[in-house]
Amino acid sequence: MSSTVIETKAISKIYQTGEMVVKAVDSVSMQVRQGEFVALVGPSGSGKTTMLAMLAALLSPSEGEAFIDGQDLGIMKDIDRVAFRRQKIGFTFQQNNLVPYLTVLENVELMMQLNGKLSEADHERALNLLMRLGLEERLNNLPSQISGGQQQRVAIARSLIHNPSVVLADEPTASLDTERAYQVVQIFADLIHEENKAGIMVTHDLRMCRYVDRVIQMIDGTIELELNDRHDINEFISCG
Amino acid sequence: MGFYLASKEVWRNKGRYILFSMVIALITVLVLFIAALAEGLGLANKEYLDKLDAELLAFQANVDLSLNSSRISRAKLNDIRRVEGVEEIGPLGFSVGTLIAAGERDPIDVSLIGIEAGMPGNPPILEGRGILASRGNEVILDGNIRAQTNIKVGDTITIKTIQGSDESFFNLQVIGFTDKRQYLYQPSVFLPYQTWDRIRAQGGMSSGLVDLTSNIVAIKLVDPQNAESVKALIKSQVDGIELADIPTTIEAIPGYAAQQTTTNTQKSFTLLIGLLVIGGFFQIQTLQKVPQIGVLKAIGAPNKIIATAVVFQIILVTTFGVLIGTTITILLSLGLPQGIPIVFTPQNTLIQIVSLVLIGPIGGLLAVRLATRVEPLTALGLSS
Repeated sequence: MSSTVIETKAISKIYQTGEMVVKAVDSVSMQVRQGEFVALVGPSGSGKTTMLAMLAALLSPSEGEAFIDGQDLGIMKDIDRVAFRRQKIGFTFQQNNLVPYLTVLENVELMMQLNGKLSEADHERALNLLMRLGLEERLNNLPSQISGGQQQRVAIARSLIHNPSVVLADEPTASLDTERAYQVVQIFADLIHEENKAGIMVTHDLRMCRYVDRVIQMIDGTIELELNDRHDINEFISCG
Repeated sequence: MGFYLASKEVWRNKGRYILFSMVIALITVLVLFIAALAEGLGLANKEYLDKLDAELLAFQANVDLSLNSSRISRAKLNDIRRVEGVEEIGPLGFSVGTLIAAGERDPIDVSLIGIEAGMPGNPPILEGRGILASRGNEVILDGNIRAQTNIKVGDTITIKTIQGSDESFFNLQVIGFTDKRQYLYQPSVFLPYQTWDRIRAQGGMSSGLVDLTSNIVAIKLVDPQNAESVKALIKSQVDGIELADIPTTIEAIPGYAAQQTTTNTQKSFTLLIGLLVIGGFFQIQTLQKVPQIGVLKAIGAPNKIIATAVVFQIILVTTFGVLIGTTITILLSLGLPQGIPIVFTPQNTLIQIVSLVLIGPIGGLLAVRLATRVEPLTALGLSS
């Protein structure tokens, strides 16, 4: 039985402007195990990206507790959160993912550089990941010289190179056509399973859920639906 | 890590950064030339006084340290010489004339400086010999004259001065050359004191009964560190004189302070423009990179790395621009014609170069502040 890597206990995020109070996330509890790939879906404003930001230690929960690898994110100091992100979290974003003046290989190795160590073994691992993602001929290209799908694949390699506990993806297929989007998510899912990471992907495109192990649907800041049976997930996708 | 990111960004965007370095290079050329002009104009005014082998200068009282208005009698010279702590004194006389030499196409306007043989005020001799007596038709010429003419030691030159309302011509033999020692924008001609007194420009013909006077007196002290106490002692023992050190005397040269203030203001404004240009460029650069910085912070890059990357980038670009500008300035200075008052001294040039390199990081401080304030949440399109 694989262990729980991500755990939230009734976490909320409350924004207050004057007298107006908005609960972007409202008392959400969830767990994600090692080797499990979860899709967080929902319409715009449902709180899924805010949830992702809290799990990435980018936002502090207003209420409740969030744990990654047993570490309580709520009590971390800002400086510890930065170190935590570069050591424990792998991130893929919707856009502007890569550093434009670093080559494909340098972008992937950047995580090791930020962690203050880039060994020969890390270099080999970066090469292997990029080969696994079909980018072996693009190692020395700049991001502007490769396609959007290739850029997302580089971002996936970067999110895994430093052996994080958790891999988070924010709408990784938003700027891709359907075929490339399927490719990217499939590769992402395969690598999360192979590397035994806990992965969460935020997406508004339900079709991308065909490669995940569990689907959590959020509406108005709360969990509306949670599916972990393959048959139920496929039905959910087909209902759109 | 900061340097790694900075160097990669600069290297992979060479065109943009070289173009900006060229702007810094042009500012560098401008600053270095203005500084050299200030130095050149200043030197042309004060070179002789600056190099004077004395610690104090005595002026007639109540002439506001004006070298031309001051008159000090021979009797006062002896009083000053007798004060304890005074090693030697040298009377100095200043006037103007025109040097005419055989074989030279144009006459040269010169400062005529009367000196007492072997006393303070005598220039060092680089070629030939010094003045040995207080009279005699001999002169020592400024190095600037040697650079401009073909006059040699042993040649006879003619000095033209105005006596009353008439032009008078005096033939004098060149016995030596000194280094460059201009005074009031003119190269200097050094003469034995009594010869100087005879040929200097005068309003009317001397009756021969007037006491020999000097404009000022150069005072060399036994212990230069003790200048303030000797100065007080001289003032208490000798009436009717005023004492000043060399820097104070230079500041009192008519127009000198105003001229230096003007050129220094020009230089400061050019540096300020450089500061604003560099600040503006990197501010825009950082604004364009906000999403990229957001991603870097989201994946765990600390502010220290973000800030050092910006600072290193500014230093790289500024230093390259200043180097190019300095090289251009050196090449241009090699082609400058004689007589233009632009002087590049190592010390002055180095100060300007350091100032220019420093204004980069100072100008980029806002960009650094902006970069460190970018929130990692921008990577997710959120704000806190």
